[in-house]
Amino acid sequence: MTTETIIWLIPLPPALAFFLIVLFTNKNKALSHTIAVGAALLSWIGSMYVFVKALGVEHLGEHPFTSSINWLPLADTWFKIGVLVDPLTTVTLFFVAWTVLMIFIYSVGYHNYGQPAGDHDRAGLPPHGATIEAHGHKHTVPSVEPMYSRFFAFIGLFAFGMFTLVVSDNLLTLFVGWEIMGLCSYLLIGFWYGKKSARDAAVKAFMTTRIGDVFMLLGIAWLYSYTGTLNFREIFRPEVLEGMGNTIAFPKLANTVLVNIPALWPLLSSFTVAGTIGLLLFIGTVGKSAQFPLHVWLPDAMEGPTPVSAMIHAATMVSAGVYAIIRMFPLLNADLSGMSLSIVAFIGAFTALFAATIALAQNDIKRVLAYSTISQLGFMIAALGIHAYIAAVFHLITHAFFKALLFLGSGSVIHGMEHGVLHTGNHDVDPQNMFNMGGLKNKMPITFWTFLIGGFALSGFPLITAGFWSKDEILADAFGHGNIYVFATLAVAAFITAFYTMRQITLTFFGEPRTKEAEHAQETSWTMTLPLVILSVFAIGYGWVGIPEHFPLLGGLVPNWIHEFVGGTLAEHPEAVEFNIVPLLTSLIVALGGLFFGWLAYRNVNSPAEDKLQIPLLKNKYYFDELYDFLFIKPAYWFAETFVYKWMDKGLIDGILHVFDPITNGLGSFIRNYFDLPVINRFFGDGSADVTYWFGGKLRAVQTGRIQQYLMYALVAFIAIGAALYFFVFSV
Amino acid sequence: MVPLSWYLILSAALFSIGVFGVLSRRNAVAILLGIELMLNAVNINLAAFWRYGNVMNMAGQVFAIIVFAVAAAEVSVGLALVISVYRKHNTVIADEIDMMKF
Repeated sequence: MTTETIIWLIPLPPALAFFLIVLFTNKNKALSHTIAVGAALLSWIGSMYVFVKALGVEHLGEHPFTSSINWLPLADTWFKIGVLVDPLTTVTLFFVAWTVLMIFIYSVGYHNYGQPAGDHDRAGLPPHGATIEAHGHKHTVPSVEPMYSRFFAFIGLFAFGMFTLVVSDNLLTLFVGWEIMGLCSYLLIGFWYGKKSARDAAVKAFMTTRIGDVFMLLGIAWLYSYTGTLNFREIFRPEVLEGMGNTIAFPKLANTVLVNIPALWPLLSSFTVAGTIGLLLFIGTVGKSAQFPLHVWLPDAMEGPTPVSAMIHAATMVSAGVYAIIRMFPLLNADLSGMSLSIVAFIGAFTALFAATIALAQNDIKRVLAYSTISQLGFMIAALGIHAYIAAVFHLITHAFFKALLFLGSGSVIHGMEHGVLHTGNHDVDPQNMFNMGGLKNKMPITFWTFLIGGFALSGFPLITAGFWSKDEILADAFGHGNIYVFATLAVAAFITAFYTMRQITLTFFGEPRTKEAEHAQETSWTMTLPLVILSVFAIGYGWVGIPEHFPLLGGLVPNWIHEFVGGTLAEHPEAVEFNIVPLLTSLIVALGGLFFGWLAYRNVNSPAEDKLQIPLLKNKYYFDELYDFLFIKPAYWFAETFVYKWMDKGLIDGILHVFDPITNGLGSFIRNYFDLPVINRFFGDGSADVTYWFGGKLRAVQTGRIQQYLMYALVAFIAIGAALYFFVFSV
Repeated sequence: MVPLSWYLILSAALFSIGVFGVLSRRNAVAILLGIELMLNAVNINLAAFWRYGNVMNMAGQVFAIIVFAVAAAEVSVGLALVISVYRKHNTVIADEIDMMKF
């Protein structure tokens, strides 16, 4: 098989697994997870094969693996779909394949495979635990997820969407994968659909990302109508990009409406076609990657099972959003006015800081991670906005690894806590609340160490962790390109990140257990800890491929592979920024300082009341949910309930019907009383019956029952008919 | 050779006698006899027309044989019915057998 064929095949196994599980093996849990994990493994093998092959190609950016087929017949040509593996795809495929496989394996343990069915578990609700009798006394153990197979089917489809998105060579199939993931995130966030919060979160995630998707589709449509193609390599040809970058997006508007308002011309002329399309596509990313102002869905998405959180927040959905906008970077870069990238940078930097502050006041272990994800995605978006293409890609990859690790680690913590809850039987204790934990360091050593690695990577712990190198590169790029505001914002955000990460680690693992449940927490099974260990290897090691060449001491020891390789994706290989001590010192200070202060502030905090950062403004996420509720949801409900239902439907439509009702009713009864009853019923119906009855009464006398009489009739009739025929027919 | 019309006259006469017999006799057996006469009148017609038409065409004779068969079957069924009615009602007078009246 050629490499191209392998690339085509990469997305297929998970899709196949989805259909197999849904159609055939739904009843069999073991078979279902074997199929799903096997499919993920196949995709992983394919991805690694392609990865290795791609590494062997010189100048992969100029000669990528491509293959396409005719798909949709258009007027006189074909719309082609195909696969493309250039350096960006290669590195993305690498981390997607790894994290997906790890998450699949982890899910087996997370959903309590091998445990008995629960005493009163119902489909659509998390398992409650089962009572078993062993060693002569009863105790409660975790019970297997009732919809175990269904979960694996869904994440299979999810993985299919992600792989499709990554390997596709055009925006349309990318969008198809994008939407498949949108659907799957809906299904998976609402996996425990018996909980109202999960249902609401699913709807919220779906609707919020939908807003972004509509704009993205607009961008795609505009791009297609403008260039006649959606293939990345054709769009990114220099002459096409230059044409789009020079053209004003709204010439008609400029020539007609605004011709008399010269003050608005500069603003309008900064909207080029390339920039505007890029911004429309960027709104899609804003929705998918939960950037301000469409960030609200992601924290609520924590309602799903934890592997789903890892799936959404690390391997797939949010990465897909950033991947898409990184993919479209040449288009944004072609915008001569530069306004689109400035907006991107602003949104990214703002989100990075904004989400980080919210994370400070969250007590749910997963929610802290959710906001940190939003914040880290903001880092990437901001990096892209300041032309730090490679730094964005680098951070995307390292983040995927350490965030998957953190989410899976938090799932492991929750699992351990749930074990404690089952032990004590006190179901009022929230196993996700960090204030119920503490001292888990000794109870769950593997989880602790891997979580510590993930958390340090997230904080950017110097030199060792991958997060340091990628974050440092973003800061260095921001400083080196003179974007001081972005630099400062991101530096503050990085400090807060380190601070809340240490807060999380301190509250969860250090100190003494604050509840009985935490005392009885237990390390989880190997299917859960093995992925943690593997991911933590990447959370450390992946940073070493991107050490800047001029870094003191370490620089040049290992070649800056990520820069050389990923930089090749772009037509113009980006220059590495010159080494500067200021960003390095900044990132050292914010990381170490944040970690230190985080530990200092929380080492003795035992309850939310002692936590000085439980500010209502932060706690309530700057009231964005309430604001959107007031601005959009309430009006939408009002529109549906009052306007459409009460006024339009009940008032207008029903009103018209109520006018017609007496008219048609009257007409109907008139016809019934004066036509139907007398004419049809009396005259034709009863009348013909009466006539027949009377006639029959008269004729019955003929029926004497004497055969000879009948024969006589027959003879007479025969003669009469014969005579008639003779006279009237034959004699003519 | 005897002209065809003679046969036809004979046949018509026989048929009329049969009809008269059927209509006038009260005994069911006699009525059956009348029917037999009518059928045989038909047979005379068939044979005559065969002889005076295309002799090679055997349809007339075949038809006559079929009529014999039918007549034999019919009379056997008829007599069986008459016997059955006699056993039940102790009569073979057609006028008295009026169960088919309304």
